[in-house]
Amino acid sequence: MTDDKDVLRDVWFGRIPTCFTLYQDEITEREAEPYYLLLPRVSYLTLVTDKVKKHFQKVMRQEDISEIWFEYEGTPLKWHYPIGLLFDLLASSSALPWNITVHFKSFPEKDLLHCPSKDVIEAHFMSCVKEADALKHKSQVINEMQKKDHKQLWMGLQNDRFDQFWAINRKLMEYPAEENGFRYIPFRIYQTTTERPFIQKLFRPVAPDGQLHTLGDLLKEVCPSAVAPEDGEKKNQVMIHGIEPMLETPLQWLSEHLSYPDNFLHISIIPQPTD
Amino acid sequence: MPSSVLWAVDLFGRVFTLSTAGQSWELCRDAQLEFKRVSAATQCCWGIACDNQVYVYVCASDVPIRRREEAYENQRWNPVGGFCETLLPSDRWPWSDVSGLQHRALDGVALPSPHWEWESDWYVDENFGGEPTEKGGWTYAIDFPATYTRDKKWNSCVRRRRWIRYRRYKSRDAWAKIPAEDDPQQLPDPFNDISVGGWEIIDEPVGRLSVWAVSLQGKVWYREDVSHPNPEGSSWSLVDTPAEAVQISCGPHDLLWVTLWEGQALVREGINRNNPKGSSWSIVESPMSENGIMHVSVGVGVVWAVTKDRKVWFRRGVNSYNPCGTSWIEMVGEMMMVNVGLNDQVWGIGWEDRALYFRQGVTQSELSGKTWKAIVAGRECDRSHSGSSSSLLSAGCFFGDEVRGSGESCGPSDTDACSEAERPGPDPDIGGTAERGVEVAGSASAPAELPWTNIDLKEPKKGPSHSAPGFPETPDLSSLGLLPLGLEDPYSAGYPPLWAWVSGGGCAVEAHAVLKWSAVQSGLSPSVQTLSLSITPAQTAAWRKQIFQQLTERTKRELENFRHYEQAVEQSVWVKTGALQWWCDWKPHKWVDVRVALEQFMGHDGARDSILFIYYAVHEEKKYVHVFLNEVTALVPMLHEAKHSFALYTPERTQQRWPVRLAAATEQDMSDWLALLNLSCCESRRVHGRPSPQAIWSVTCKGDIFVSEPSPDLEAPERLLPCDQMFWRQMGGHLRLVEANSRGVVWGIGYDHTAWVYTGGYGGGCFQGLARSTSNIYTQSDVKCVYIYENQRWNPVTGYTSRGLPTDRYMWSDATGLQECTKTSTKPPSLQWTWVSDWFVDFSVSGGTDQEGWQYASDFPASYHGYKTMKDFVRRRCWASRKCKLVTSGPWLEVAPIALGDVSIIPESPGANGSGPSIALWAVSDKGDVLCRLGVSELNPAGSSWLHVGTDQPFASVSIGACYQVWAVARDGSAFYRGSVSPSQPAGDCWYHIPSPPKQRLTQVSVGHTAVFALDENGNLWYRQGVTPSYPQGSSWEHVSNNVRRVSVGPLDQVWGDGGGGWMLAPGSGTQGDPGSALVSPAAVPMVPLWWGGQTFKGSAFQVWVIANKVQGSRSLSRGTVCHRTGVQPHEPKGRGWDYGIGGGWDHLSVRANATRAPRSSSQETPSRQSGEQSLPSEPLKVAGGPQETLGPVCC
Repeated sequence: MTDDKDVLRDVWFGRIPTCFTLYQDEITEREAEPYYLLLPRVSYLTLVTDKVKKHFQKVMRQEDISEIWFEYEGTPLKWHYPIGLLFDLLASSSALPWNITVHFKSFPEKDLLHCPSKDVIEAHFMSCVKEADALKHKSQVINEMQKKDHKQLWMGLQNDRFDQFWAINRKLMEYPAEENGFRYIPFRIYQTTTERPFIQKLFRPVAPDGQLHTLGDLLKEVCPSAVAPEDGEKKNQVMIHGIEPMLETPLQWLSEHLSYPDNFLHISIIPQPTD
Repeated sequence: MPSSVLWAVDLFGRVFTLSTAGQSWELCRDAQLEFKRVSAATQCCWGIACDNQVYVYVCASDVPIRRREEAYENQRWNPVGGFCETLLPSDRWPWSDVSGLQHRALDGVALPSPHWEWESDWYVDENFGGEPTEKGGWTYAIDFPATYTRDKKWNSCVRRRRWIRYRRYKSRDAWAKIPAEDDPQQLPDPFNDISVGGWEIIDEPVGRLSVWAVSLQGKVWYREDVSHPNPEGSSWSLVDTPAEAVQISCGPHDLLWVTLWEGQALVREGINRNNPKGSSWSIVESPMSENGIMHVSVGVGVVWAVTKDRKVWFRRGVNSYNPCGTSWIEMVGEMMMVNVGLNDQVWGIGWEDRALYFRQGVTQSELSGKTWKAIVAGRECDRSHSGSSSSLLSAGCFFGDEVRGSGESCGPSDTDACSEAERPGPDPDIGGTAERGVEVAGSASAPAELPWTNIDLKEPKKGPSHSAPGFPETPDLSSLGLLPLGLEDPYSAGYPPLWAWVSGGGCAVEAHAVLKWSAVQSGLSPSVQTLSLSITPAQTAAWRKQIFQQLTERTKRELENFRHYEQAVEQSVWVKTGALQWWCDWKPHKWVDVRVALEQFMGHDGARDSILFIYYAVHEEKKYVHVFLNEVTALVPMLHEAKHSFALYTPERTQQRWPVRLAAATEQDMSDWLALLNLSCCESRRVHGRPSPQAIWSVTCKGDIFVSEPSPDLEAPERLLPCDQMFWRQMGGHLRLVEANSRGVVWGIGYDHTAWVYTGGYGGGCFQGLARSTSNIYTQSDVKCVYIYENQRWNPVTGYTSRGLPTDRYMWSDATGLQECTKTSTKPPSLQWTWVSDWFVDFSVSGGTDQEGWQYASDFPASYHGYKTMKDFVRRRCWASRKCKLVTSGPWLEVAPIALGDVSIIPESPGANGSGPSIALWAVSDKGDVLCRLGVSELNPAGSSWLHVGTDQPFASVSIGACYQVWAVARDGSAFYRGSVSPSQPAGDCWYHIPSPPKQRLTQVSVGHTAVFALDENGNLWYRQGVTPSYPQGSSWEHVSNNVRRVSVGPLDQVWGDGGGGWMLAPGSGTQGDPGSALVSPAAVPMVPLWWGGQTFKGSAFQVWVIANKVQGSRSLSRGTVCHRTGVQPHEPKGRGWDYGIGGGWDHLSVRANATRAPRSSSQETPSRQSGEQSLPSEPLKVAGGPQETLGPVCC
């Protein structure tokens, strides 16, 4: 594999084998079998779990069903985070498949946003894309697009169509010839160890001296605790899409190739497993 | 576009050049001289030094300037001594010129000036009109002057032979003083101003220039006979003027203006191709009576002037018909002088600041431009004259609009250009003199101009100042990189240089490209950036490898054991529908409106298969046809001026010569469909990424490039893959021919003869997004001419008029006369092309023309000649050409600066394992020079430089075989073999003239591992018999087939077990010997290359592919069809028949990279089967004759 295009494909077709089980306290008419599914890493939980919902609703009474939500080892799963991010952040060190518990009751209002319909996911997704383009191109590219292009981005994601999505998304990944990259890199850094949901700052892909900024430069600047000291022991993993890119990787390249469909680099900082 | 240079002189008289690909001013070598004026053309620069003498600076090139001197030795037979030098008293000189009238002794022929040197000693020319003479080179006749023949007859009383000697211009890249006149009476007084131009007036001789000068006494002089082969010209001749001149300006075409002492301008009229000196003067008054004109400068269709009050003026309404123009317009700004360069771009020197300005926004529609922009570039002393790797660093960062920092180090002195040896890093002394940080204003798309040598993936030669592994920029240059043009603020960077004179006559700045200077483009393109990424070691960087590796591991970890899990998102069938037009399959054929639907079935690994449905209605009844995209073998765009259409081929459709033709409403719509269908085809065949090094490349007559991955079965003798099943996918770019070898080196030549090298990318053109590689895609342009003809008939009363007989052709037509083509109605070939010039008469038509370009004939249609006789009642005139230009993109980088006509890359010999140090590549320049490229390798496919291989005449085609056998064909149709070419002697030693097949002029030659095939102008394919290691030039030509347009012989080597050396037995077995072959015998002895003997010569076969002229299918006829010779075996090198492949508009093919080894066959004698049996042994290619003859869909 030598072509960068293959990276896009690998990222898009990343799948997490998941086992959904119904929460033990949910009242059922029959016993609920676990449900096994390959979840697309780049998509959103509530967008790809229609089958799960149907499966469990079959064994439940209509009146016991309210909004579905998911939880892993006691942590409610935010549907507005991409699935791959949730997995990397919370479950990357555990064995596969990923065991997710399905709830229909006691919606954790303080932890989760409601997701009454797919329109909400679309609105969230598009707002992320727009925010990312504001950082990358002062919104020039996204604003020049037509409504149908926006729709195609979303439909591409919803229907898991790589070509459909990238036919439009490539325009968001371009930049002026005379620059060496985007204006700012859209990124978010997540840590399980802090209260703060994520870190997001303005960060340019190229240093004033013309050097390309690397992933390491970014972390040192915005999240120094994540980087091990020169000779110190590595305490954290820096993970994107289930892999740990080297800190020397140019940030611009990462942004072009390892961003999620919402055009953000979602970077997870997780403690180094102590096996 | 190759880089070109702007010339300028500073106040100290030092001459500097600024390359469009460079960053800073370079001091001209030979800096002892101080200059006051320079005037540049593309290849040279004329100047007046402070000694008031004229100098010419000829830019070096890999091709030398050489001229042939000839002398004839004449002898007469007498009964006593046989032929001897004793001639009759009435005879000519024993040593004479060609006419015999001038005495010309060999030792009397002197070099014209000290700037020439002899290339070798005199030798006898043994080539007589394309045929070799006997040793000694004598030609015989009955008497002087008479018709000479090769053969000595009983009545041959006289004989003569030609002696040749070449002289070479040696003062290149240096100022060469134009020798003073021999005759002191004629000696012009010291010169005051000089101007060169006129290169667009006429093409013959090559590089002809008009050089005009003004002397201190106010006289105007014209330099005679200046051309590329004669850069110094021959003599000055005086052109009378009505008043004293002070300054002169000569445009590229027919404009010539002179500034008079009195302040008016003098305009030359009547300049044309027959009279480049013009005929008369007319006077144009100054725009203001109180302030006379001080300076004028002219371009193709513009005149700029500066008056004594420093105001700048633009002359309105200037053109060839009205060189005086109509009126003056005042422009903003005060200038000392202005200079109009190529493309009518304007350069100026500011009055007060003496800074250099460029007129921004000059386009064909707005010749006066918009604003003056200062150009500020640092002056680097002659640090890297030899084009070292430093220019690379300017890549990605050419133009910008804001100053973001500066790398300047202010020093006190502005003088003393130090010319010490090359230094790797910033030199403090030099750095002080130059505003090193400030950007250059060169020209267009910088990255595409980079010589490939600089993009070597190997260690960049920058030495210790490397800053980071991922981005090889030295600190000083990286700041340079970010620094844009210091527009509007020349003072920001320290002491600016003070300029005295500028000349843009050699600086090619495209009108449209100028836009790039002024603002950040709204169209965001990643190409430039990715260049800098791709040239760094990033491709091989550890981080990249790690990401690839980890992603693979991730997929394994997360997916391998869970494939039985259900997918969260079901893949439904995705359908794209649209409205297109379809060229219906039934008669009468016409375009019918159809609905089309592309149904795609996609798997979760992204692979998919698709069906294209075409729904149509016949008599109210709805019907459809469908095509499985995995059966599609080619999708060919067919952009005509009216229809945006494309052809879709399947094996069946290929056999029918009747592709599915679809047309879209808009070009965009067509590109979208084409790209989508292409992607679907590639997906279903799992073809993507860069073509393999073994790929077969081809080009259509529209310049589209197609690649096919060879299947091992292509040359397998028993289960041969019919070549109509080969899948061709399109590559971006536009080429006329393409040649490849199996080490991944691919070269192409455009219609404008520009040489291109393949960068390893894919996609481009309409293949964007996923269908193109992230990097290695560059802008590519091509130029070709469109011809229309003006036809006239003679009648007794009025002479020739445009009123013809009712049966005559259109008075304005295409070449055939069948299509009406008027100047206004004729459009560029497709919407991709735009006109870049106006119509002009083409004088270089075959058959010759008269002075107005007319060709005469007795009637339409007939053969035309360039003079009028009594019997000629019709005449035609070729309005060639209007030039049109296409801009596209593709994985190609230009190999500047020499334009090529043909190229050939050595096919890999089977034993070599691709480990050779460098790859032999030969080419023929557009002027017919034979060239050998040095330094070509996988890592540097563009090579480093050309080695010129001298010839006695212009060549047309060259081909190098796997064992370094170089064959070539001259323009006169004769063939040549180059002796002693080897890795250690890449250019060989001398040419051996090989007789052509009887009465045929060869046009092309192709050499595989050992086999030699040639093509003549009548479409006959010839096989060279008797080629052996000890006798590489072979013995005779044997006819293989007719109806061939192009041949490509591949190196494919099949192992034939112990075939008993079938190869060695082949020659002589039942072939008729060529009587002429004996003539080459003297050459045979020294030709055996020793290193060749070690190769296994026996048991090698090869593959022969051609482009056939016409092939009849079951439904239609196609012209330009890829055909594969079947049954080619060591003992049957001519093969048996043809297998017909993709066709209709194919022009060129290279199978020379295909070294795919077929599986070893157990039975050698298995005859070719399947489609190979379509034709009988040695059957010529099918030629159509039926009434069904229609042009292929991509008609030429």
